[in-house]
Amino acid sequence: MIRLEHVTKMLGTRRVLDGVDLEVKRGETLVIVGPSGTGKSVTLKHMVRLMTPDEGRVVVDGDVVSEATGSALEKIREKFGVLFQGGALLEWLNVGENVALPLREKTALTEDEIQTKVREKLSLVGMEGDMEKYPAEISGGMRKRVGLARAIVRDPQIILYDEPTSGLDPVSSRTIDRLIESLRGELGVTSVVVSHDLHSALSIGTRIAMLYGGHICELATPEAFVKSQNDEVRQFLEAQFITRRGEWEKHGV
Amino acid sequence: MGFCREAGRALILLFEAVVCLSFMFKRRSRREIIQQMFICGIKSLGVITVVATFTGMILALQTGIEMRRFGQEVFIGAAVMVSMLREMGPFMTGLILAASVGSAVAAQMGTMVVSEEIAALELMSINPVRFLVMPRLVAMAVMTPLLSFYSCVMGVVGGGIVGLTQLGVPWSAYIDNATRYAMNKDLFVGMLKAFLFGVIIVITACHQGFATTQGAVGVGNATRRTVIMSFLSILIVGYFITRLFYV
Repeated sequence: MIRLEHVTKMLGTRRVLDGVDLEVKRGETLVIVGPSGTGKSVTLKHMVRLMTPDEGRVVVDGDVVSEATGSALEKIREKFGVLFQGGALLEWLNVGENVALPLREKTALTEDEIQTKVREKLSLVGMEGDMEKYPAEISGGMRKRVGLARAIVRDPQIILYDEPTSGLDPVSSRTIDRLIESLRGELGVTSVVVSHDLHSALSIGTRIAMLYGGHICELATPEAFVKSQNDEVRQFLEAQFITRRGEWEKHGV
Repeated sequence: MGFCREAGRALILLFEAVVCLSFMFKRRSRREIIQQMFICGIKSLGVITVVATFTGMILALQTGIEMRRFGQEVFIGAAVMVSMLREMGPFMTGLILAASVGSAVAAQMGTMVVSEEIAALELMSINPVRFLVMPRLVAMAVMTPLLSFYSCVMGVVGGGIVGLTQLGVPWSAYIDNATRYAMNKDLFVGMLKAFLFGVIIVITACHQGFATTQGAVGVGNATRRTVIMSFLSILIVGYFITRLFYV
């Protein structure tokens, strides 16, 4: 469904992505993990052409997104919903208006239909009672849930999540994880998640890709990932108290 | 070289915003334009009132003191009116709006870039130029000439107060003198200047805001550059408009 073909990206003098090849299959949840600064978010941004590769290309359902412009790019982007790290809500619009924005701007739905859809999506993320609140009046976790409601309001085929649980308490993190899982299970959407949080990644991912040194150094199912012999993967797993014994388990503090 | 590149990019942004003017009568755009008119127009009235009134008072006092030596203090009306209409009204309004509205717009756009709100708009296929720049451009293009006219009125009133209380010029003589020497051309050239200043301020602010990098520091830099570049542009464009119409 999404294919990165030998994607290379320089940021300043640093080669962030160095010939990345990666395929995301329809209906799966692929989680990209890796240390900070290894280009996880950069990879995600290439999928929707918020960044353009210096070399290589990105293909979505047969369309080369890295070369698309104008209405062709708009059409590709309509397949996507994106949850940004901070939610990226417009501060001067309330929760309901934020979620309604893509519908008001890009569809011919009546105001009643928009309101129905907004309530439906907000109830899916447990925020239907906060429609009148402004982003400044809600917590970080709530902002992410509203951002997720906005990302799914036009029923996209693919959802990209940029650090969906970063900065959240464990309870809010698991709430977001459950939402991601239910979207895949109930609506069959394809998801790509960028995360530091391996516990979350192993819970929600159908496959885990580890980005290190500009390459994908491991790509495996969660069960195979925790048993990986790759040094970088082992280091990353052990830093989060995850061992290779059978089902992954958490140790330590 | 850097200035030319910045100016070129700002001109491209202006062109894109002008292309988007066809959307200005849509319901959401109308509401946003009115809101922006309120923010840049009505909210600036207080400071413009004070600055314009005192500018008129200073002009009247300085010219009046000199003219009184020749017994010609009654002519302060003409001096204040012509100065305000031709130069001081649009110039002071431009500077105030650059410092208040321009900096605020640059900070808002910069913050939106940093917090990925602009990226979110692009991904929703909502053109940020149509959604954010066009309403502000229309609002400033309309409100700056109106505010400039208002500042001219307040400047003339301020000059009249000084004439009456400090120089002994009767109100009726002051107004009669002011209206006799001012021409329609002065008003229209002043309005043209104000219109251009409004466009320059909002396009500079949006361009600098959109070009923000490096988080909070970048937002601060964008704000600072907006104010400096707007001030310089106002001075330079003001000079050339005067030269074009009066030389």
